[in-house]
Amino acid sequence: MVRYTPSSQSMHPLLGRRAVLRGLLMTAGIAAVPGLAACGGGDSGSSNGTVTFGNNQSDEVPKAAITAALKGFDTDALKISINTKQHEQYQEQINNYLQGKPDDVLAWFAGYRMRFFSEKGLTGDLTDLWGGLGDNYASSLKEASTAKDGKQYFVPFTQYPWGVFYLKSVWTQRGYEVPKTLDQFVALSTKMKADGLTPIAFAQKQGWPGMGTFDQLNFRTNGYQFHVDLMAGKEDWQGAKVRAVFDTWKRLLPFHQENALGREWQEAAQSVQQGKSGMYLLGSFVGQQFKGQEDDLDFFPFPEINPEFGQDTVEAPIDGYMMAKNPKNPEGAKKLLEYLAKPETQLEYLKSDPSSIATSSKADTSGYTALQKKAVEVIKNAKHITQFLDRDTDPRFASDAATNGLNAFIQNPDDIDTVLKGMADQAKTIFTG
Amino acid sequence: MSEKTAHGAPDSPAPRGRARRKKATALGGGDKLVLGLMLGIPTLIHLLLVWVPTLGSVALSFGSWDGIGGFEDIKWVGFQNYVDIFTSYPRFWPAFRHNVIWLVFLMVLPTVAGLFLAVLLDRKLRFGRIYQSALYLPMVLSLALVGFIWQLIYQPEQGLLNSILGTTENNPTNWLGDPDINLYAVLVAAAWRHTGYIMLLYLAGLKSVDPALKEAASLDGANAFQTFTRVTFPVLKPVNIVVFVVTVIESLRAFDIVYIINKGRNGLELLSVLVTDNIIGESSRIGWGSALAVILLLISLSVIITYLYQEFSKENRA
Repeated sequence: MVRYTPSSQSMHPLLGRRAVLRGLLMTAGIAAVPGLAACGGGDSGSSNGTVTFGNNQSDEVPKAAITAALKGFDTDALKISINTKQHEQYQEQINNYLQGKPDDVLAWFAGYRMRFFSEKGLTGDLTDLWGGLGDNYASSLKEASTAKDGKQYFVPFTQYPWGVFYLKSVWTQRGYEVPKTLDQFVALSTKMKADGLTPIAFAQKQGWPGMGTFDQLNFRTNGYQFHVDLMAGKEDWQGAKVRAVFDTWKRLLPFHQENALGREWQEAAQSVQQGKSGMYLLGSFVGQQFKGQEDDLDFFPFPEINPEFGQDTVEAPIDGYMMAKNPKNPEGAKKLLEYLAKPETQLEYLKSDPSSIATSSKADTSGYTALQKKAVEVIKNAKHITQFLDRDTDPRFASDAATNGLNAFIQNPDDIDTVLKGMADQAKTIFTG
Repeated sequence: MSEKTAHGAPDSPAPRGRARRKKATALGGGDKLVLGLMLGIPTLIHLLLVWVPTLGSVALSFGSWDGIGGFEDIKWVGFQNYVDIFTSYPRFWPAFRHNVIWLVFLMVLPTVAGLFLAVLLDRKLRFGRIYQSALYLPMVLSLALVGFIWQLIYQPEQGLLNSILGTTENNPTNWLGDPDINLYAVLVAAAWRHTGYIMLLYLAGLKSVDPALKEAASLDGANAFQTFTRVTFPVLKPVNIVVFVVTVIESLRAFDIVYIINKGRNGLELLSVLVTDNIIGESSRIGWGSALAVILLLISLSVIITYLYQEFSKENRA
């Protein structure tokens, strides 16, 4: 809210940082009470014909894509005002944003993170809207948009699978073949290393890419249900099953690009694009770094580790939109959400950013690139779909305990016990508290 | 400090009552009003902006709250946050250690260097003003900007430092990425900025030293070094206290520079970063973060109070 600014400016010079934090804290508390009341009145009658749209797609490629997709909605009768925030910042500020004056329609993620806010009553109920959307989405997508109370609070927009990405030209030239099992994966990596390549590109500066590696190793080793239970705090991080995941990871680490903690995923992707690295485990948005080379880019689902589970799970996070609890323009907001659910809108977005796929089942896939077609197929063939570690679990656990635990492991893989004890202890305080 | 002034108010039973009261009652009604306003408004602002948030933070540290909803949603958990922070929060002790290293480092290097430079500049060199501004210049920059500048210097492949050392080609030193050395790399940057500040404080102090003292010392046959250690430095005592307090505060509130570099992860954890990580963000743990802030407050208070107490009791004895 606006209230933060004055207090943080007139701070006592000697107490700068801490005082600002405390100020924030207090204002957050004070702001929370009148906040709801203030939003309720006054604005309901406004028919100013503008819908505000909170956009977190701040990277160049997706930002241009979403702007292009929204162009069709922008008419004289109903204007749209796009408010873009830097991607990571958007997530960091989401609490204050939703409690302050959020935009009418705002970007967010399906899964636990969407449910968290709907349970807190910070986002608008879209059950009515879903009445008309039903046949537009597969049932799994509806489930992902539904909170514990059985109501829908989310409209899926795009989806992308995680997999191991590589350049076909490099692989054909060197005669590499897609590995089906972990042993084949290790053999391939060994071969790449001998050929002078870094087998697996890796970057962890942003703190989340390593979660993807953990997820893959975890549900391949322990299965989908274990992933769900572990994320819900029902399983022990110090148990043998998690330990096995880290042991496998430790075995694979020598094949990963070194100094990952100082590298961003874009740089790791470029090392694949330049043919310096053999493959890269990431979401298909990695394609954004391969402009003009999309045809050469291909991927395979992470190889099987435990035959009991095979490759039955795919990680395919859903990005989409929520509505503010009290939008300034409720009709406009719902119209915009309907527009975003349309296959044409989603395809328009994908035209500029073909690294993900449409969530609408009515979307015409004939115009898809080979990579997108493969993504559709992989998601369709999967028995289970996960979102992502930080979308499937309590944000308090993901942003601190998980990020720093994985970082500590990557930094010092010989100390798995200490790392897991730290994560287990924090999981206990977070999930029981 | 404001406490002392408040005792000067008309009705307070000050120890040396008689003389004071007489003087105080001499104030007319208008004077009282002006005095009341001039004391009252700053006191009110001080209470509102410093004490209320501080006490609020202490209160919140005994609760568990995700920052959503009103105060009625806070679950009071007593000292649980503190117990958990000390026993099961892996980032706490590294952050604590880094803050202590930061404090000791700033206390030693920039202070000594700043004093040295101040003494040199006090000798009325040619172009003294230019040196002075050049050395003070980093202080004008925010720590975040200092972080940016030094990132360019420390860059492993294209950075200035590795280029000078000739280590860019094979196996460049990853100054900011290697958790064993990045803290010190950052400390050098922070010290670069802090030295100018200390220098200016000492320079101001040196300018106010009575030249007669130095003259007397030299007449007594003291050499330059003796004059400095026996005469000038002791006279600088008030400046030393300011420098001490400023350094403690600077090192405990350090935040921007590490946050710019890697969000205070991977070897650059600081208590201030942990406070931010827990309070700001999707994963608000207001109680937990407040407990960390209170710990930080207690550390800075304990250091400063111990020092001031010792200094002033020494003074009283003398």
